[in-house]
Amino acid sequence: MALEQGGVPSVAVHTHAFARLARSVARANGMPTTRQAFVPQPVVGRSPAELRAYIEGTDPVSKRPFAQEIIEGLTQPLAAEDVSGLSFERSTPRLLPPDTEDNLRQLFLDSQWTDFQPIVLPTEERVEAMLRGTSHDRNEIVGRLRPTVYRELWEFTVEKVAVNAVMAGAKPEYLPVILAMAASGVSGRSSSTTSQATVAIVNGPIRDEIGMNYGVGAMGPYNHANATIGRAYGLLSQNLQGGSVPQETYMGSQGNHLSYNAMIVENEAASPWVPFHVQHGRKPEQSTVSLLLGGWYTIFGGGPRETWQEKFTRSLQACDPYTGPVIALDPLVARGFRDLGFDTKEKLIDWCVEHARLPAREYWDNQWIQTLAHPRAVAGIEPYASMLKAAPDEMIRMFRANDIHVVVVGGETGAMWKMVGGGPRLTIVDIDPWR
Amino acid sequence: MADKITVHDPRGYPPKVTGKRLAPRPLSLDGKVVYLVDCLFDNSAVFMEQLKDWFAARLPNVEIRGIKPRESWVDDPAMRAEIEANGDAAILGVGL
Repeated sequence: MALEQGGVPSVAVHTHAFARLARSVARANGMPTTRQAFVPQPVVGRSPAELRAYIEGTDPVSKRPFAQEIIEGLTQPLAAEDVSGLSFERSTPRLLPPDTEDNLRQLFLDSQWTDFQPIVLPTEERVEAMLRGTSHDRNEIVGRLRPTVYRELWEFTVEKVAVNAVMAGAKPEYLPVILAMAASGVSGRSSSTTSQATVAIVNGPIRDEIGMNYGVGAMGPYNHANATIGRAYGLLSQNLQGGSVPQETYMGSQGNHLSYNAMIVENEAASPWVPFHVQHGRKPEQSTVSLLLGGWYTIFGGGPRETWQEKFTRSLQACDPYTGPVIALDPLVARGFRDLGFDTKEKLIDWCVEHARLPAREYWDNQWIQTLAHPRAVAGIEPYASMLKAAPDEMIRMFRANDIHVVVVGGETGAMWKMVGGGPRLTIVDIDPWR
Repeated sequence: MADKITVHDPRGYPPKVTGKRLAPRPLSLDGKVVYLVDCLFDNSAVFMEQLKDWFAARLPNVEIRGIKPRESWVDDPAMRAEIEANGDAAILGVGL
């Protein structure tokens, strides 16, 4: 669309699975008649001959020859709507028209404003009570969110965040954490085809102040604050960013259980190491929430036992090379590693960086490495440029130190650990300014 | 009859949309320069190579030039400037 504005007639080619999304994005950008042509899904994995057949075949959306769509899209004279584009203002009201509770519940379901679990209806009284959880004005702009970089950013206020917190069943004292997550600019409802979820790590005094669980069952459904804060983050993400509707504002092929809740609250007192937020430059008395857009995988293990190095190496190799792991260790495991000489998290991370290796051909064959890292390598951006010079069977590093995160969580009923897909970019948000 | 209640709308505020025009079209691509923009999705380079071959076979009077942005999913103003300076049309693709 930027090329059209620069005076260059353009046609964008998509696979047919993205037809609804592509048209929705064009409309939201004021250019609903953008010329688009479609080929069958997928393009990935198809041979040159198969792709040539796509080009010589039929556009599965328009049912006309694909090549005709391309040529006419570039040469057909413009109609009036092509010249004017489409201008419009959308607004969302503060309050919905009064209705019965049953009808409102149905409206929320039909509008896809829920996660299909029962919600608490955000009455004026409940939202007022929720707003007492922060000193901030209800009309203050908190931030902007969108499901993907291709879409427009939607804006929202403190009150709108409070509304979604009520829906999730949260208490007012949780609101500063929820506001910090909303202010992060990181969506908990990414539209990525990879079905990303956003992993959230909470640190600092707020954990105890609001009764969060970092002990037995911390990553499961066993605590009101953990459960409802995680849920509120999901609900506010989908509602404040303009939706998370399959095939329009959500394209995750398989979806992700972690989208319901991916809260990790660090067990700072039982950890032999400094807390996660202190590692990243905060003071212990500060409270933070750290967000990683990823959540693609979970790998489980115990120990460290005699063969831990083999198990860890295999587990790291099983991680996706584009998104390094959050290594969540029960305190028993963390202290076990300390006793093995890993007296800082950084030492354990360095060990992982050194031992997480793949043959170069396998690393570069990964779809997301190919899509996102390979162009950087070709452009001369390090470390990818040097890695691209490796022979096909050379074992190359999958991760850099800042790709791997270590968090201590759990209640010491078992020496267990998980590697959970993290993400390529860590966002740390201070909670205290939202009190 | 059940009582009616008032609740908040949970949605955020969308931006105002301003209409944008499409670029004027040439009557024909004969003698024109068309850029094929490889958006760097996996296998899109192969698709674009096939599209280039298709033009060579079916519309040989169209000059096809391949181009790609420096990075995936990141705007590349230099690439756009080159297309705007030297191209008559562009085909972008292709997604997943």
